[in-house]
Amino acid sequence: MKKLKIADKEFDSRLFLGTGKFGSKTLMNEAIIASKSQLVTVALKRIEVENSDDQLIKHIQSGNVNLLPNTSGVRNAEEALFAARLAREALNTEWLKLEIHPDPKYLLPDPIETLKAAEQLVQEGFVVLPYVNADPVLCKRLEDVGVAAVMPLGSPIGSNNGLNTKEMLEIIIEQSNVPVVVDAGIGAPSHAAFAMEMGADAVLVNTAIAVAEDPVNMAIAFKNAVIAGRMGYEAKLGTTGRYSSSTSPLTLFLEDDK
Amino acid sequence: MINNSKERRIPVKEIKPQFHTSFREILYQYNWDTINDLIYSKKEEDVISALSKPTGKCTLDDFMAMISPAGLPFLENMAARSHHITQEKFGKTIQLYIPLYLSNECQNICTYCGFSMTNQIKRITLSDSQISKEIEVIKSFGFDNVLIVTGEANKTVGIDYMLHALEIISPHFAQVSMEVQPMDTEDYQKLTKAGVYSILVYQETYNAKKYKDYHPKGRKSSFEYRLDTPDRIGKAGMHKIGLGCLIGLEDWRTDSWFTALHLNYLEKKYWQTKYSISFPRLRPAEGVIPTKNMMTDKELVQLICAYRIFDPDVELSLSTRETKKFRDNSIKLGITSISAGSKTNPGGYSVDEQSLEQFEISDERDPQEFASVIANQGYEPVWKDWFGNN
Repeated sequence: MKKLKIADKEFDSRLFLGTGKFGSKTLMNEAIIASKSQLVTVALKRIEVENSDDQLIKHIQSGNVNLLPNTSGVRNAEEALFAARLAREALNTEWLKLEIHPDPKYLLPDPIETLKAAEQLVQEGFVVLPYVNADPVLCKRLEDVGVAAVMPLGSPIGSNNGLNTKEMLEIIIEQSNVPVVVDAGIGAPSHAAFAMEMGADAVLVNTAIAVAEDPVNMAIAFKNAVIAGRMGYEAKLGTTGRYSSSTSPLTLFLEDDK
Repeated sequence: MINNSKERRIPVKEIKPQFHTSFREILYQYNWDTINDLIYSKKEEDVISALSKPTGKCTLDDFMAMISPAGLPFLENMAARSHHITQEKFGKTIQLYIPLYLSNECQNICTYCGFSMTNQIKRITLSDSQISKEIEVIKSFGFDNVLIVTGEANKTVGIDYMLHALEIISPHFAQVSMEVQPMDTEDYQKLTKAGVYSILVYQETYNAKKYKDYHPKGRKSSFEYRLDTPDRIGKAGMHKIGLGCLIGLEDWRTDSWFTALHLNYLEKKYWQTKYSISFPRLRPAEGVIPTKNMMTDKELVQLICAYRIFDPDVELSLSTRETKKFRDNSIKLGITSISAGSKTNPGGYSVDEQSLEQFEISDERDPQEFASVIANQGYEPVWKDWFGNN
């Protein structure tokens, strides 16, 4: 399996994890370790920024795991910039998952505010990974302003509905010059494998692992699914269309003159 | 209005909130007694139909069936559904908060409240140094979310007092909520600017005809001004609005249905705002006459689960009015936010531990003890959930 490169970092694992919704920090940490994930996202609003001894951060920072702070909870570009600068200062990282969802019901990302904030944050030196709807044009616009990757959704956050945006995801993957991380809606290992087979560079999973009866084993299941899907993609999957071959060849006459 | 008594559906067209300036225009399309009759005529098949809908697809009519007496036999089924939806949406987490009472001065007469104007109690409004002392104790418990509470005394505890108090309080907390008297939109805008995250305002009852019986005097006696308060908060761009009715005044089912109607209207209109529902049940307080419309524990569980199934994203909040046993068991039922270690008297944590409470507390465990009860059930107690104001 090829390594994944985002900005200046290389990853052996193509599974990224969210840290919300776990029943305890211990369980969260065990799931992260079992998943072999090297990038986990944390909601800045849940971190005690003034406390260098924050329990959440303490539980995550074990060796090989990179922190990806996110701006979950903000409703516009202005609040996102505030949260981003706070995150950089508190966690000492330029990496940022930019998520702006003003709609608290489906947590759908605001494309206008996201593009505005992304442009500014890139200028300020952040490594920006924006959470977006599966909108191919928006993804290109974000690429133009210099984001490090795009994170389109498969279906709404926490819905477990899988890759309902499949057709748009395929276009995004086809067109993108930056890594594509499918984020949100991935509810089963098979969804993750499918995203990887499609050619996604990585997937981000949270609810499906955190809320599972056994989060640790679910993390392992996702780890394996991501590897299987990616290896399938790299080994070049056979085409699935029905390729017809006519019994009496239609183009044989072209050979007649020889 | 319905002529055919066998009709069990709500006789109103789809709500298009953008065509209305405030909730009162929605509310007046309904008749209290008609809704009451509809709820009590719901049958087993209505409940089954409601519970057969996919997550998030229940209507106000389904909510009616779930809170009706016909819904009670389905309690275990509803609880399992509510448990599942809550975990999917909120994860295995419970938010913790604590009230900070700044004043018990009040110019309203409310027949059920310990702070009611005519009650002969010692009135106190905390000074700067008293507020600081209270903050110190609350912080030592581990809280980063606080709920500021006052009575309604606009001269002494008006917007200026509050903005000043916020200057002292906000720097110490990640998230500040308020449960104070209704205000105008401009004042809510000032509070939003001052970093307040959430405002709670309970309608007490949606029964317009009876409202004045419980609120005979003071600014609170205006039913409509109170009714339109969430609209004014929404217009001011507050992050979250808390709703509720006081359970024990009028028929709880009818009042809860109107609360759900209010929630549904607000969610469509102020779509960038989060909402929470609280379940204040009347408890004994100074000078209060026991109510006839009591709600059983079983019925409160029914209501909590019905709300969750009706609205998977709404926050559901429980106070220390409820008993230890009920609170401990509510964690898995659909509740997402719980207070702990509460004192309902101004200065109750440090300054004046003996002053009169707004209502009696049933669960007197300290916050850390309650947090371990949450953790023991496999849930993460969440102490911090916003960025703060610095």
